[in-house]
Amino acid sequence: MNNNQRNEAYNQYVEARIPRTKPWPSLFNSFWVGGVICLLGQAIDTLILYWFPSISEQNAWAWTLIVLIFLASFLTGVGVYDKIGKFAGGGSIVPITGFSNSISSPAIEFKHEGIIYGTCVKMFTIAGPVIVVGVVASVVVGIIYWIIGLF
Amino acid sequence: MKQTIEFRNRPKIIGSYSIVGPKEGQGPFGEYFDYVMKDDSFGEKTYELAERKMFEHAITGAIEKAGLNTGDINLMLAGDLLNQIISSSYTARDMNIPYLGLFGACSTMAETLAVGATLVNGKHFRNVICATGSHFSTAERQFRFPLELGNQRVPTSQWTVTAAGASVLSLEGEGPEITMATFGKVVDFGIVDVNNMGAAMAPSAASVIHTHFEDTGRKPTDYDLIVTGDLGKLGAEILVDLLEDKGIKLGPSYSDCGHSYFTRNQDTMCGASGCGVSASVLNSYIVKKLNKGEYKRVLFVPTGALMSTTASQQGESIPGVSHAIVIEAGGRK
Repeated sequence: MNNNQRNEAYNQYVEARIPRTKPWPSLFNSFWVGGVICLLGQAIDTLILYWFPSISEQNAWAWTLIVLIFLASFLTGVGVYDKIGKFAGGGSIVPITGFSNSISSPAIEFKHEGIIYGTCVKMFTIAGPVIVVGVVASVVVGIIYWIIGLF
Repeated sequence: MKQTIEFRNRPKIIGSYSIVGPKEGQGPFGEYFDYVMKDDSFGEKTYELAERKMFEHAITGAIEKAGLNTGDINLMLAGDLLNQIISSSYTARDMNIPYLGLFGACSTMAETLAVGATLVNGKHFRNVICATGSHFSTAERQFRFPLELGNQRVPTSQWTVTAAGASVLSLEGEGPEITMATFGKVVDFGIVDVNNMGAAMAPSAASVIHTHFEDTGRKPTDYDLIVTGDLGKLGAEILVDLLEDKGIKLGPSYSDCGHSYFTRNQDTMCGASGCGVSASVLNSYIVKKLNKGEYKRVLFVPTGALMSTTASQQGESIPGVSHAIVIEAGGRK
């Protein structure tokens, strides 16, 4: 048995022994926490429109996002958001609050390396790839959309 | 003997000291540690400084318990997990002792003891201090994610401990004796998952333990305790299987420091990892049990994973290294 075969056999053996995450409990927690965050967003939006009737719907959405981002950053700063994340997984990563957490957490973590080389450089280490992929994907979708429009 | 050397002059561990963080202090070994920090920042501005302070604390503590002064120590052997082993080297900067930095990842305690015992046994140095340690927060930021990021740990992951340990080796004085060391090879069975260190390191532990028994003609029953470093729950199970395939049955005297470091509800998945695991367990629990005579002969096998973040990101698999040290209760000829 050469090394490649040995490694392959070993990887298969390990794969079979690995403890698995229980899918249903984690999906359930992810689902309801994610839902509650969305509900919170809807509540903020409704309240903004109720308190400031003159505001346009578009602007109310923008303010809702700002409030959610602020809340998540704040909860990250006081050390609560990582606990929510540990419990809810994807439920608190997927909404915009997770995006906020992914930017504020390295910003806090690397502040000892200085404002420029620490906070500014490291701030987008996690969110950066998401932004890049998001922008590239939107360009691709835009091109497809444009081509479809030609016919 | 292929990879094993015997220390005829029987270097002794004449002083040992362990220091751990608050979470570690609540684990099953809590009562054995010399010092449990109230707060894991240890009163310092950064966690890197806290880790360094732990090193200083462990080293001065061990020297004090050996009944010596820093000036009596002829050589310091130390290593840690941070890039360019800064915790060890920056501690050595203030120690005014000749220094060799050693890196064996989480096997560093064994590496420093093996080299230290060799030098003391050969009477090249009179008193040698061996130290290593790790800090949860410095390891997380170097190897994984920011502390406040809301992500989940996978079931095979392990918890890097905040702990440090130091031992003073000498031919004069009282304490457990280091009688043999089996130097391990780097072994890589192609595991690439950095969240499954136990599986990556188990083959190296199996290799060195197998060689140790071959070299010495001993059996697992010749030891009161065979203890690996930080294989964790999964890695320890794999090690038992790998050795069984080679015809060695480890039996009930086998345990893993990482697997038994935390209680089940401390939420550390597969257990503990980091240089501090084996260092703090050796310099508290094991040395105390040897001194009391509850253990006569221990095979101490810290395990290390030698990857870096760069190598892992470039798709390299994780090489492991382990060394086996035989430690016997003192007072025998």
